[in-house]
Amino acid sequence: MRDVAVIGVGMLRFGELWEKSLRDLCVEASLAAIRDAGVERIDSLVVGCMASGLFTEQEHLSNLLADSLGMGPVPATRVECACASGGVALRSGLMEVASGMSEIVLVVGAEKMTDVSGEACTATLATAADQEYEAFCGATFPGLSAMIARAYMEKFGATSAQLAAVAVKNHANGALNPLAQYQSKITVEEVLKSIMVADPLHVLDCSPVSDGAAACILCPLERAAKLSRKAPVRISGVGFATDSIALYRRPELTRLPAIELSAQRAFKMAGRKPSDIQVAELHDAFTIMEICALEEVGIVERGQGAQAAPAGRTALNGPIPVNTSGGLKSKGHPVGATGVAQAHEIVLQLRGEAGPRQVKGARIGLTQNMGGTGGSSVVHIFEA
Amino acid sequence: MITARVWRERRQRYLNEAARCKGCGRIHFPPRQVCDACRGSDFEAVRLAETGKVLSWSIIRVPPPAFAQEAPYAVAVLEMDDGARMMAQVADVAPEEMRTGMRVRLEFRKIRQYGRTGIIAYGHKAVPVA
Amino acid sequence: MKRAVGIVGYGACVPRYRIKTAEIARAWGWDAEGYARGLGMVEKSVPARDQDAITLSVEAGRAALRRAQVNPECIQALYVGSESHPYAVKPSGTVVAEALATSHWLHVGDLEFACKAGTEAMFVCAGLVEAGRAECALAIGADTSQGAPGDPLEFATSAGAAAFIFGRESLIATLDATVSYTTDTPDFWRREEERFPRHGSRFTADPGYFHHIGTAAKRLLEDTGLAPKDFAHAVFHQPNGKFPARAAKLLGFTPKQCQAGLLSPRIGNVYSGSSPLGLCAALDAAHAGERIFMCSYGSGAGSDGFVFTVTDRIDAVRHLAPTVEEILARPTVQLDYTGYARFRSKIAREED
Repeated sequence: MRDVAVIGVGMLRFGELWEKSLRDLCVEASLAAIRDAGVERIDSLVVGCMASGLFTEQEHLSNLLADSLGMGPVPATRVECACASGGVALRSGLMEVASGMSEIVLVVGAEKMTDVSGEACTATLATAADQEYEAFCGATFPGLSAMIARAYMEKFGATSAQLAAVAVKNHANGALNPLAQYQSKITVEEVLKSIMVADPLHVLDCSPVSDGAAACILCPLERAAKLSRKAPVRISGVGFATDSIALYRRPELTRLPAIELSAQRAFKMAGRKPSDIQVAELHDAFTIMEICALEEVGIVERGQGAQAAPAGRTALNGPIPVNTSGGLKSKGHPVGATGVAQAHEIVLQLRGEAGPRQVKGARIGLTQNMGGTGGSSVVHIFEA
Repeated sequence: MITARVWRERRQRYLNEAARCKGCGRIHFPPRQVCDACRGSDFEAVRLAETGKVLSWSIIRVPPPAFAQEAPYAVAVLEMDDGARMMAQVADVAPEEMRTGMRVRLEFRKIRQYGRTGIIAYGHKAVPVA
Repeated sequence: MKRAVGIVGYGACVPRYRIKTAEIARAWGWDAEGYARGLGMVEKSVPARDQDAITLSVEAGRAALRRAQVNPECIQALYVGSESHPYAVKPSGTVVAEALATSHWLHVGDLEFACKAGTEAMFVCAGLVEAGRAECALAIGADTSQGAPGDPLEFATSAGAAAFIFGRESLIATLDATVSYTTDTPDFWRREEERFPRHGSRFTADPGYFHHIGTAAKRLLEDTGLAPKDFAHAVFHQPNGKFPARAAKLLGFTPKQCQAGLLSPRIGNVYSGSSPLGLCAALDAAHAGERIFMCSYGSGAGSDGFVFTVTDRIDAVRHLAPTVEEILARPTVQLDYTGYARFRSKIAREED
């Protein structure tokens, strides 16, 4: 297998983008990445999107994108893995380049969520759960995550304030990111006083409903210098793992084994260990998820996840900054876009282009992108 | 066809029919074609225990459209007395009465309807055991 | 000689929610105490939003099967009597049969006859067993009845179900006699596609309830040669707290005979489940050898009368399922009128 590098990234500011269609989002992010890389052509494209059919009644998104970009004849593939669609699309693009099947691959993650009502959005997100045995009962995505949160809080004595600290940290980071949906700081009190969505999760424990897209250009590392003026960022490891789709079938509700396994696989491939990671983007769709992911990836010890944010361990100036982009919580979570947007942030960090939220000297970063309540997880390790 | 989708699950929904793996004895709900514990594929139909306990739970306050009239409602991961697990709403309980570990019994209830003019899906919800 | 037909198992189901008569009166600005006293009712049962005639039937049916200790596959006929079948077209009984794990070889039907659909089911089931057409037959009366907002009917219309398995083996009560009396008396009706029923107000009393119950009950006493004093328990249809008491008095039954089976002051008018639930409560309280007199009333109009004699098996099965008193003793939740209106979909969020 060939080493693969990211030579270009692009993203538009996430948010309620009323004037932009799904097509607009995909094309704008793609063009930004193509411009960033400075490439003239692509050989193939992979787009990750969770539910364009339910959100916008548009399937065949890969073709729509190839057509809209004027790249007509290229092979175009859509990848769906719920909220991990973007991360899994990146892995698919990586495999195309690594295998020698393609030289320059455009990977896009996109979701247009605001063309449906809030209730329809809730129902669409719940399609990532077992439809007949979870969603059928009226379980929602926040509800399922809340059950993990409750089990975690009761097992480890974690508090709502500790969960809130994750949101506070990520909003502080998002305030420094011009592409974040929310660029404002919040306080623990504001989180705790915000309305309850699914006990014990408040609305400010949850990532927002967002429109957005992000893209990157991959090529073989050995050709990066020839194809682009940008400093290449090598993807040194990737790990992907699955688990039961239904939360209730997991032996331990506080554990997300797919995250652990995907991280272990990525670390093994990269020849790295958790302590090598200098900056990480973790899938904080809900505050509890960042806490669990910290433990499963191995950044903090088991049972210590809830203490990390309050203690400043994962802060921008802490020993291991997590979600410097603002995370899903503050940057926004257009579900299919998220995995690629995480890569966008780590690439900026490793290039030293992250501006006021730059982690000084960061050379090794990690992204962790999850589908469902832990049914799928994909981890990438990036090295400058 | 939503009717067929609801209909084909009727034995699971009406009778809590599960599958016991003849290889390792584990009870799966819903029934599976492959046991994820031992990879066995030989099962016998069993009915879930009627009582169990709440392992974790939440109160859904922002519901999907099909449950818009029902919120807030409790949803829980249940462990039945035979060791099998399922997810169900907990009915006849106020949010402040929900507790992890509480004993529950399954009761036949209306789960949802497919619009005002559509079919009604029935199944089981948990209710607190006094 | 043919062996007697009778009840081999019975079961009851009453939802946990209640609303007080006074609270309904308060909501409409009426004299709360006056209505409560006048109707002889304190409160009524209210179904949860996820309970309907089908779900209540299943729960009552399961309790009946537990008491009968029979294989559900011996049920060869099943009738659900209700005026609130969830579907206008599509049987309730099919769901109930599947949920009770009966065989698919059974005769199923939904019945409707205002408040006596439940006793109609009993009447038909007893007849099928007696004719040898069914080994066991399950009769259910279940309702989640409704009154229009602000209609005095709201005070009484409530929810519950009672189920009886008729058979010939292991009887807990023999069925000694039946009678059915019918006239065309339109004292209460609901037209196709209408959500709430209409009624003849006080016309429902004398030409309706009292005429039919009185006529049927007298005929049943004549046919059997029994007098009111020969019965330990008497159960009448109970649209409120006052009517059954007055009917009993007119016929010569004492308040003590009616005590066990009179549930309306506490749960309201369960319609098709009304006198059947009263019969469950009477069976809960009865001893071997005691006779139970039962007479239903359904607007439209008609009455079904039954005479049962309890066997010594009653003590063995009584506690195999919750008794009516045990069900009523469970913690209840009091609704205010707003909660009640939401539960009964009298107010609802606007949907797309």
